[in-house]
Amino acid sequence: MADSAAIRSLPGRAEAAPKPAARTSLDAGRLLPWLLPTLVIVGWQAAASLGLVSTRFMPAPLDVAAAGWRLALTGELFENLWVSFARAASGFLIGGGIGLFFGLANGLSRLSERLTDTSLQMVRNVPHLSLIPLVILWFGIDEEAKLFLVALGVFFPIYANTLHGIRSVDPQLIEMGRVYGMNRRELFWRVVLPGALPSVFVGVRYALGIMWLTLIVAETISANSGLGYMAMQAREFMLVDVVVLAILIYALLGKIADSLTRALERACLSWNPAYRNT
Amino acid sequence: MTAALRLPETSDRRADRGLGIQIRGLSKSFEGGPSVIRSLDLTIPAGQFVAVVGRSGCGKSTLLRLILGLEEPSAGRIALSGGEQTKRIMFQEPRLLPWARVADNVAVGLSRDIGKADRRARALDVLGEVGLSEKAGQWPATLSGGQRQRVALARALVSRPALLALDEPLGALDALTRIEMQAMIERIWEAQGFTAILVTHDVGEAVAMADRILVIEEGAIALDVDVDVPRPRRRGDPALAALEGRILDRLLRTGA
Repeated sequence: MADSAAIRSLPGRAEAAPKPAARTSLDAGRLLPWLLPTLVIVGWQAAASLGLVSTRFMPAPLDVAAAGWRLALTGELFENLWVSFARAASGFLIGGGIGLFFGLANGLSRLSERLTDTSLQMVRNVPHLSLIPLVILWFGIDEEAKLFLVALGVFFPIYANTLHGIRSVDPQLIEMGRVYGMNRRELFWRVVLPGALPSVFVGVRYALGIMWLTLIVAETISANSGLGYMAMQAREFMLVDVVVLAILIYALLGKIADSLTRALERACLSWNPAYRNT
Repeated sequence: MTAALRLPETSDRRADRGLGIQIRGLSKSFEGGPSVIRSLDLTIPAGQFVAVVGRSGCGKSTLLRLILGLEEPSAGRIALSGGEQTKRIMFQEPRLLPWARVADNVAVGLSRDIGKADRRARALDVLGEVGLSEKAGQWPATLSGGQRQRVALARALVSRPALLALDEPLGALDALTRIEMQAMIERIWEAQGFTAILVTHDVGEAVAMADRILVIEEGAIALDVDVDVPRPRRRGDPALAALEGRILDRLLRTGA
């Protein structure tokens, strides 16, 4: 009797004890990824304030923040940010859309694949940034040049991963769908596309990296607006703080794009245990 | 009525629900290779539970696929009574859509012209029959192997098929789960009266579940025995054990 009472009381006690601990560890877990960046910035500020590094080449974080505030007040910062964002987004949508289209077409149709895959693979092996001189000749430094380069860079990871995703859909599931009376359309929407989606997302995340890289290179070389242009202008006038500000904004934008993709993955792939708690 | 195909040993109820099968001179070879099925004759009365056993590669799965119309015969013909009725197959693997919840996976087995609310009601209904009502909203990844196979069974049954083909559906399950599943399939078969064809490696399983056992060797029927032990059958029944021994002897003899 006494034993059973003790046993009954055990779960209650065990639950009561770890609860606060679990809460604090959750908060700590949330902040943990930001610990390293914070330490770097604090150390950097300390080194600059103590005169360990020359602020002529490496401005202190507070100076960078001040530069950001200054540019924000003039509106220059947001204007350039918006221009870069619009270029990145439209280039991504165009290139990604075409990549998705060819990936689906070539994954679903042998004929389409035989017709286009070899050509696409050949174009793929040309580094797209090597086209910059040609693109400047064609488009000058207008918007088309940046759109073209971003779209080209984004196209291949999405194309290749969509194709791979469709190829690797479990043939047993496709057979099941057929046996259970699905027509081609149903088979596509209910079996093939959801099966290919994890791989498409891998392509999207990879493409996002290439998107920023291409845009920044294109903007530093040939542009009259945008973040890359802002950084190049600052270099001309030795405004190191603005250059560093631009670089930090890239880092932040990259992180935001990645977080958005992760959220989208969690929403679309919640069936997959691998994506449920990332 | 399907009177022409109704055989004396099946009750009226069974003959109405199940699908009768008549196979004459059936042969199948793949792309000029040797015949997998050789001029096979077989009559399965509506509502019968037939087990097909044989060594790997003897053609038993091909026979099942031919009956279901998943393969075209090279020669001969297969006639099904009440031809337009639903035929369903349960595979060795559950083959559930990982991105569809359990109830939606079951609804895959329903005809497309059934309304949404009705689909859900019928899916939940049949999930209850396999004892998984509370799992309706879960992802397949959260289920155990035995539970997934039960969902696959529910998907096969939800359209009330007249023929259920079972292609070694319990081969990957552990011994206890397998025995439970055997009992469940037997119970549902008795209640619904469809024709069942079970392809299996496990002679004990065949003997425990079937009305009739076919041993296939090199694409032909080597042995065709009725199991007239009344149901419910008890595991370890001497009559079943004797029959199992007889069939195993036959299988081992030809292998030596």
